[in-house]
Amino acid sequence: MTAVVNVFLKEGVLDPQGKAAHHALDSLGFAGVEDVRIGKQIVIKLNTDDKAKAEAEVKEMCETLLANTVIEDYTIEIN
Amino acid sequence: MKVAVLRFPGTNCEFDTQYAFEKLGHTTELVWHEQEQLPSDIDLVVVPGGFSYGDYLRSGSIARFSPVMKAVTTFANDGGKVLGICNGFQILTEAGLIPGALKRNNNLHFISKHQNLCVINNDNAFLNKCEKGEVLNIPIAHADGNYYIDDEGFKKLEANDQILLRYSDKNGTPVVVNGSVTSIAGVCNEKKNVFGLMPHPERALEAILGSEDGIRMLQGFDV
Repeated sequence: MTAVVNVFLKEGVLDPQGKAAHHALDSLGFAGVEDVRIGKQIVIKLNTDDKAKAEAEVKEMCETLLANTVIEDYTIEIN
Repeated sequence: MKVAVLRFPGTNCEFDTQYAFEKLGHTTELVWHEQEQLPSDIDLVVVPGGFSYGDYLRSGSIARFSPVMKAVTTFANDGGKVLGICNGFQILTEAGLIPGALKRNNNLHFISKHQNLCVINNDNAFLNKCEKGEVLNIPIAHADGNYYIDDEGFKKLEANDQILLRYSDKNGTPVVVNGSVTSIAGVCNEKKNVFGLMPHPERALEAILGSEDGIRMLQGFDV
C-alpha cells in the first residue's frame, strides 16, 4: 500500500512561503486568490495490505517524526 | 568545568564552541552522535550550530533521534545543564527539551549579520553574568530562526521568566529580525537547566572580530 502524507503549517501559524507565492500570483495578475499555503508531501510505500494497520503506523510516523505538531498539521491518505 | 560538545553529521560550529570554552579555561570533549553515553563528570552539554542531516525534513528533526540525544535527555531530566546554539536550539526544541518550535524566517532569507540582543532574564545558570536590559552584540546566521509558541505556551514562558533574549536595537527596544514571537532570540525550559538561542556567542569572543560580548554570556556557566 502507499501512504500519502501531507504536512502543512497549522491555521493561524504564518506561512511565509505561501504568502510569498500568493504575492507573486497577485503580481502576475491572477485575481481572486484568497490564500496560498505551501506544505510538503511525503509518499511512503508500505509492505502491508491491512489498511487499518497501515493508517495506525503512518499516524505514529507523523506524530514521531514527519510532522512537528507544535506548528504543523498533517493528513494521511492510504491507497 | 568539563564541557561535552556534540557532533552530528553536518555540524559545523563544534570547533568554535570548543575554542570558546577552552579560552574560558574549561576542558572540552567532542562527542560523536552515535555514542550512547556522555563522558563521565560532564558539567555542561553544548549542542552546537550547523546543519545536522542537511536540515532535511525540518532543521534538527532527524538529529534529535541520534543515540547521543537519549543520553542528553536523561542528563537534562536529571538536572544537567544543556545549551543549544542555533541548530542546537532547533534540535532541543524538536526533542521537546525546550518548548516551542523554530520556523523558516518570515522574509525567507538566510540572515547572517551582527545583531543586538536585549537580556530579558538573567536569573538563570546561563545569563547570570549579564545585566537585565543589557544590550549585547552577537552574530546571527540562520534560515529557520523564527521562534513560534502558542499563546498559552507564551504566557507560561513569560510568567516563569523563561525568555532569555530578544532581538533589539542598540537601546534594547525589540526589533523584528526573523518573525519570532515577540522577537524572542533565546528561551529556556521550565526547570531552567536547558537553554537555547539562535545567536552565536561562540563567534563573539574577540573585539577585533566585532564583539567580545559572547564571553560574558558563556562565562555564566562557570562553576
